[in-house]
Amino acid sequence: MSEASHHHVPAVHDDHHHGPASGLTRWLFTTNHKDIGTLYLWFSFAMLLIGGTLALIIRAELFQPGLQFIEPEFFNQMTTNHGLIMVFGAIMPAFVGLANWLLPMMLGAPDMALPRMNNLSFWILPFAFSMMISTLFMEGGGPNFGWTFYAPLSTTYAPPSVTFFIFAVHMMGASSIMGSINIIATILNMRAPGMTLMRMPLFVWTWLITAYLLLAVMPVLAGVVTMMLFDIHFGTSFFNAAGGGDPVMFQHIFWFFGHPEVYIMILPAFGVVSQIIPTFSRKPLFGYDSMVYATSSIAFLSFIVWAHHMFTVGMPLAGQLFFMYATMLIAVPTGVKVFNWISTMWRGSMTFETPMLFSIAFVVLFTIGGFSGLMLAIAPADYQYHDTYFVVAHFHYVLVPGALFSIIAAVYYWLPKWCGRMYDERLGKIHFWLSFIGVNITFFPQHFSGLAGMPRRIPDYALQFADFNMISSIGAFVFGFSQLLFGYVLIKAIVSGRKATSRVWEGAHGLEWTLPSPAPYHSFTHPPKVVEAEAHS
Amino acid sequence: MASATGKTVARLSLIVVGMFAFGFALVPLYDLLCEVTGLGGKTGDAVVYDQTTVEIDSTRTIKVTFLTQTNGGMPWTFWADAGRLDVHPGELHTITFQVRNPTDRVMRGQAVPSVVPGRAAEFFHKVQCFCFDSQVLAPGEQMPLTVKFTVDAMLPSTVESIVLSYELFDITTEEDAAATADLASTASGASRNSSQQPSGDIGYE
Repeated sequence: MSEASHHHVPAVHDDHHHGPASGLTRWLFTTNHKDIGTLYLWFSFAMLLIGGTLALIIRAELFQPGLQFIEPEFFNQMTTNHGLIMVFGAIMPAFVGLANWLLPMMLGAPDMALPRMNNLSFWILPFAFSMMISTLFMEGGGPNFGWTFYAPLSTTYAPPSVTFFIFAVHMMGASSIMGSINIIATILNMRAPGMTLMRMPLFVWTWLITAYLLLAVMPVLAGVVTMMLFDIHFGTSFFNAAGGGDPVMFQHIFWFFGHPEVYIMILPAFGVVSQIIPTFSRKPLFGYDSMVYATSSIAFLSFIVWAHHMFTVGMPLAGQLFFMYATMLIAVPTGVKVFNWISTMWRGSMTFETPMLFSIAFVVLFTIGGFSGLMLAIAPADYQYHDTYFVVAHFHYVLVPGALFSIIAAVYYWLPKWCGRMYDERLGKIHFWLSFIGVNITFFPQHFSGLAGMPRRIPDYALQFADFNMISSIGAFVFGFSQLLFGYVLIKAIVSGRKATSRVWEGAHGLEWTLPSPAPYHSFTHPPKVVEAEAHS
Repeated sequence: MASATGKTVARLSLIVVGMFAFGFALVPLYDLLCEVTGLGGKTGDAVVYDQTTVEIDSTRTIKVTFLTQTNGGMPWTFWADAGRLDVHPGELHTITFQVRNPTDRVMRGQAVPSVVPGRAAEFFHKVQCFCFDSQVLAPGEQMPLTVKFTVDAMLPSTVESIVLSYELFDITTEEDAAATADLASTASGASRNSSQQPSGDIGYE
């Protein structure tokens, strides 16, 4: 052997197969599902802080009536970008990051089905959001037409930067579509032998259904922004009544995307809490099959309820009745889920570690958000609530203590598996209580100001809403700054946390807990044997 | 890439392409739905009125009201010569509107009709309408606009009153703007029409 001349070759070869590359190129060129999951999660945390900063600018302005800090035009840009960044930059990429980290480990697969596309679908996002956020510094300002970008506000009356917004949405859509194809291909083709569909953990099930929703509606979003682009630059009249188009049609097409989109943001959250609650109740999940069917029913119903967002556009009575009843029907499968989570906890040997606290808060507060949703579903009542702070309170209850709490719970729950170290339980609990109290102080009073008639998306308001708004703003700052504590807890755990065991949690079940902590860079290169004890969650 | 994965990706890509196309298919579907149900009071294209076959139902009288509006920044004045008309189903009626361009430039306008109640829209037939075309008005020009319409005898008996509304939009193109420049260069200030002005005469040079 010519050992002397080639002695370094085997070492390089080994590095390539058994560990990550070093330096920046590891992250730029990685095709490893764990690396890409980490990238997605840190990206969405950064977006959470940026979107949160915009929210605090809004709440600072609303602390007192009158105009204190910012101009109304800038206020509109803040509400618009806060919504867009939180929906497309924080919540959605965080769930994709969780899927990347967890699906292969839960299914006994070595990696995602399409690793190179996985790299691409992540690296599109920083460019998309840089482009969108950069519009805030352009002449004429950034998007100021609300995150729903209704035409003609977003076409005839839009700032010139709207074209950058359109391309940013196209890029986010491409990223989501590629991510979804990857997730479905992984779930359908990469399961270990014995991992039948009805033995999959619920997080996998909810993501499978979510990915199909994304495939069905992200192309419609791409279509509607393309129509806007044509109306603005190429003289078409999709949404321009003078040319035979119809601005109300924009709302129909947008909400045909938009309503499934809200379930895209909550179904994976259902999956997360369905993993965590059984672990800390030390009981199997109650009603696994009904959870799968309920999730599928919610996904189906999400396609036929879109017009409940636009009861006041002047719809015929038959249309209002149909969309009202179809919307109320969603409460049935959702009720099944809440019932199952509570039944899982019933007579369980419960302990209240941080992930469990966030999950229980999820169940309670998401249900409150669901109930205000039912109130909004009642068409005649909606005429009163439409475009008020009641709507703001409703969707923040389902998105913040709903989707966001589940993501935080997931990070606490699986962090020891990812980095091999435990977080500080005392700090985690402080983070929970600050978040829980902060979120309720922020959003609960908004129900009352909304019912009293305070309109949303305004920088100034009538004096009678002053007290509720001041309370809301105080809560927002408590909630916002407690997320910096979250960042500190994470970094402290990663740097100097106590070593975690491979099972981490006494009651945890599932293939990911059979791996050592931290999970090796390449896991399940040989498919594991799926035993009944590790099936379901 | 395993062949099973390849097949899955191919099938899923078809969904994506199909849904992108469906997004655009929603546009004609939306128009079709509005036409079939009369939602939004959309009226149809021109119909042919044949006096020999139409039966006039003189036992019923329908009150037809005419409304005119201008959209957003449209500076034209736009009014109906008669605000209301009582018609029998089947009769052919001709009504006139007036539109006037008070600005000092050539402009193009387009009227978009709408009928209330929506379920009457499919029974309101226009034989001739200025809304089928756009109108170009020189500075200070006034123009009469004609609509010939008939109400179908099949109109549901519960409908006793119909409102026909026209919204006038400014759709001035660059060519029209160029016409203004031509006008200025030939220094012609004459107008073609100046009949029936609702308010004081405004000079147009």
